[in-house]
Amino acid sequence: MTETLLEVEGLTRRFGSGRNVVTAVKDVSFTLARGEILAVVGESGSGKSTLARLILRLLPPTAGSIRFAGLGDITRLQGHKLRPFWQHVQAIFQDPFATFNQFFTVRRFLERSLGILDNPPEGREREEAISAALRAVGLEPSDVLMKWPHQLSGGQRQRLMIARALLLRPKLVIADEPTSMLDASLRVTVLNLLADLRREHEVSILFITHDLGQAFYLADRLLVMYRGEVVEHGPIEAVLSAPQHPYTQRLLADVPRLGSGRPKMTSPDRWAPRRVPAGE
Amino acid sequence: MDVVAAPQKHTVVRRGPLRLLLSILRLGGIGVNARFWVSIGLLSAILIFGLLGPALLGKRDPLRIVGGLYDPPSSKVWLGTDNFGRDVFTQLMYGTRTSLTIGLIAGAIATGIGVAIGTLAGFRGGMVEEALMGFTNVVITIPSIVILILLSIAVQSRSILAMGLIIGITSWPWTARAVRAQTASLRAREHLDIARLSGAGTLSLILWDIIPYMFSYIFMAFVLQFASGILQEAALSLLGLGPSNTISLGIMLHWSLLWEAVRTGAWWAFFPPTVFLTVIAFALLLLQSSLDEIFNPRLRRK
Repeated sequence: MTETLLEVEGLTRRFGSGRNVVTAVKDVSFTLARGEILAVVGESGSGKSTLARLILRLLPPTAGSIRFAGLGDITRLQGHKLRPFWQHVQAIFQDPFATFNQFFTVRRFLERSLGILDNPPEGREREEAISAALRAVGLEPSDVLMKWPHQLSGGQRQRLMIARALLLRPKLVIADEPTSMLDASLRVTVLNLLADLRREHEVSILFITHDLGQAFYLADRLLVMYRGEVVEHGPIEAVLSAPQHPYTQRLLADVPRLGSGRPKMTSPDRWAPRRVPAGE
Repeated sequence: MDVVAAPQKHTVVRRGPLRLLLSILRLGGIGVNARFWVSIGLLSAILIFGLLGPALLGKRDPLRIVGGLYDPPSSKVWLGTDNFGRDVFTQLMYGTRTSLTIGLIAGAIATGIGVAIGTLAGFRGGMVEEALMGFTNVVITIPSIVILILLSIAVQSRSILAMGLIIGITSWPWTARAVRAQTASLRAREHLDIARLSGAGTLSLILWDIIPYMFSYIFMAFVLQFASGILQEAALSLLGLGPSNTISLGIMLHWSLLWEAVRTGAWWAFFPPTVFLTVIAFALLLLQSSLDEIFNPRLRRK
């Protein structure tokens, strides 16, 4: 394994107080190497999204620590001190409709995103950087730059989020269910763009999903979460070929046609739940 | 890249927020349309009367004495004269202008302070919220008319601007509370997370990511504050604490009460300003309620 980029230790987040306390994330520890894709799989309510927000430092953890290569412990940083961290860590969220400020055009949105950089490109340099990022995700700059978010489809918006990540060149992208609100036909586009991000720019990705098929398609390692806890963790092939925890076994049982090895595929949706034949 | 979706053609017409608003107005039910346009019509008529009237009819001094005590309406003085022998019709034009100006200043100041305090409290939460809302609640418990009277007495010269300021800085707490609640519900939106990850600070987040999302709400709050500012001015002026060296609808009522216009049957001295105050307040409330239905389609009546 190459250098460690992210090191999460004993990360815990509780909501509420007294008798109503809910532990959304409980003692989660893992590391992520440079250029690695780690999938976090779990059902809804298993604490995946809370974990994403904790690592992005959009939500303060109750306990535990987050260390980032070159920056050290970033768990307690506040306000402006988080800028250097966010220069390296960016996000793609689940709902492509909620993540856009509906009063900003695509151009304004991307220009504003550049504000996190210490020396954002100016003038023609900026134009070229924005155009290159848009073309890389298959969007034509002249088509989309002046558009409002409501004029774009869900798939275009998610690609725009990836273009944003390309523009900012972070070292780590946290993708929280980036495909769950997209049509099946668009999912593979987004997954392939994420794979390109890693291959071409050595970006590490924390890929959060509820879909084992997508995790298998994209990730190197797998972390299974159940009720806020990590129940299984390891190289994806190892985990899927010999699941230890009953929850992982159950998840796998819901994904019937997972063959041996990693087949070539065009769409991760091949692992959609099997249709029950008539008469059975 | 393996798969690139073909550029999609859009049937949605390119449109900005203004076009969107206009299309919503057209799509709204007849009821909304009618009430909206009636209120706009009334307000335009009042505005033209108050702002352009003096110019159109030749500038006349509203404080000039043109007749005797309570001369009845005639072809020379259309709405008679007041207790000092001044032309009531001219006073009505200038009074409307003064009242609208004071209402506008008061509404703008109250909305500005209320939005600033409400967004900051709702956005920051924690101690900031506790402190700001505690202060707001203290201000709410003090009857504003008492502060208004005390402030009006304390101020040496009561210009139109000073009146607007005095009314504005006593009537913001309602807006602050409402805006705080709206902000708190917007705070957890994902577009704010993306903005934070883009390095946006508190001011930028409030200005660009929170206020635009409740602009319709703020505008409606402003319309209400505008209406209540005009009525507050009338109440103060009625007590003799109105702006000095000018005329307002409230000051007209003040003199007509002092000089017993009601008992002597000089209806032209108190009836026109009363009607004007009522119509202005009615038109603004109508505008506010029709805007409410336009911005919240769920409220639309079938």
